[in-house]
Amino acid sequence: MLKTRIIPCLDVKDGRVVKGVNFVNLVDAGDPVEAAKEYDEAGADELCFLDINASHENRSIMYDLVRRTAEQCFVPLTVGGGVRSANDVRALLRTGADKVSFNSAAVANPDTVAEAANLFGNQCIVAAIDSKAVSPGRWEIFTHGGRRATGIEAVGFAKLMEEKGVGEILLTSMDSDGTKKGFDLALTRAVSDAVSIPVIASGGVGNLEHLVEGVSKGGASAVLAASIFHFGEYSIREAKEFMNAAGIPMRLQ
Amino acid sequence: MSTIIVDYDSGNLHSALKAFQRMARETDSGEVRVSSDPASVARADRVVLPGVGAFASCRKGLENRTGLLEAIEDAVKIRGAPFLGICVGMQLLADLGREHGDTPGFGWIQGEVVRIEPSNARCKIPHIGWNELAHERSHPVFNGVSEGAHAFFVHSYRFDAKFPENVIASTEHGEKIAAAVAVDNIVGTQFHPEKSQRLGLQLIGNFLSWTP
Repeated sequence: MLKTRIIPCLDVKDGRVVKGVNFVNLVDAGDPVEAAKEYDEAGADELCFLDINASHENRSIMYDLVRRTAEQCFVPLTVGGGVRSANDVRALLRTGADKVSFNSAAVANPDTVAEAANLFGNQCIVAAIDSKAVSPGRWEIFTHGGRRATGIEAVGFAKLMEEKGVGEILLTSMDSDGTKKGFDLALTRAVSDAVSIPVIASGGVGNLEHLVEGVSKGGASAVLAASIFHFGEYSIREAKEFMNAAGIPMRLQ
Repeated sequence: MSTIIVDYDSGNLHSALKAFQRMARETDSGEVRVSSDPASVARADRVVLPGVGAFASCRKGLENRTGLLEAIEDAVKIRGAPFLGICVGMQLLADLGREHGDTPGFGWIQGEVVRIEPSNARCKIPHIGWNELAHERSHPVFNGVSEGAHAFFVHSYRFDAKFPENVIASTEHGEKIAAAVAVDNIVGTQFHPEKSQRLGLQLIGNFLSWTP
């Protein structure tokens, strides 16, 4: 039976792991390669690097991080942040990424995603969707690290991404992100019911019960969390055992 | 001794290379290189065909490199070099792939590559994540890999083998899926050993020291 995945996410800025609250107030949390290695050894099911201020200049820093991580970690690595074209995807895959996530560029031109999925296969293309609730049952997408409103409705956009050929949706609630109050379960459920591809729930995990709810109530195939793991509040193993005990099949080592 | 990981613009080559190099050091099995040069492939002692992407575009990527398919065939079918196909690299062993139209495979292991049709709607496609392996028959490349061990899968199509004896391991995702196929000096895994932590490294080490 396929297991639910726990994915520690490393938000990277200028080559360091950072974690913000509601996408601002960044706190330094260490060297990404060291952190990735520790997570690999701890039994993380996948790893995710998000370059949160991706710009042309610091692209080479990210490639270097990805290359060094791939030399030491033998779990799947998703890289996102500043990915604009199929060429960016090719460069990241060649550097050592296994999956690449699109965010702003997918919103600006959904066909960019289709082109990448055709070239490299839908299984390695992830659509990262950052959304906020604007009224009960309606969420809209924000891009550029949450600074720019688009007016685009999130559930419909997730379906469009599926049609364009992405293999997974990485769904972040910007209302929840950094709050430690749990995932936006209504949003997670709405998107996972709307698409037949896996949904990774993200944003707001403060305790292990939140991880369980993301799957049992939100219908997510994987749960992503950052700060509860980075600052040592919980280990990957504790999280997996907790979820398993709550009836969610996990890969235990 | 040389192992060539065939480069045909097919994805996560660097991460595959690093896993094979690490295990080549541990098993003392020579050098591992990434190459798209037909002459190097034809001379290789072992050939690894990775594969990320759609069946049709992978096939096209191989055909676009003049002499590469023939070089793989020389090494594997004529000289008998051990071959490992990963994911689409395994699917290409079939007679036919049904992804993005019908495309011929190598026809080295009889069967077709068809879309996964899970009986349970809760099973999402692509099949992404860690799933358990069930042994169908013993094979040297699976030495030390225990029943029920987890491997990392990411795919939407599966290898529907004509002869059950060619399937050496399987998994379940709404239906039974071939996790590994083999015949003679040829083996293929649907999952990604280079991304399957200890299990994957064990399997890569086994492949590098396998003498069929």
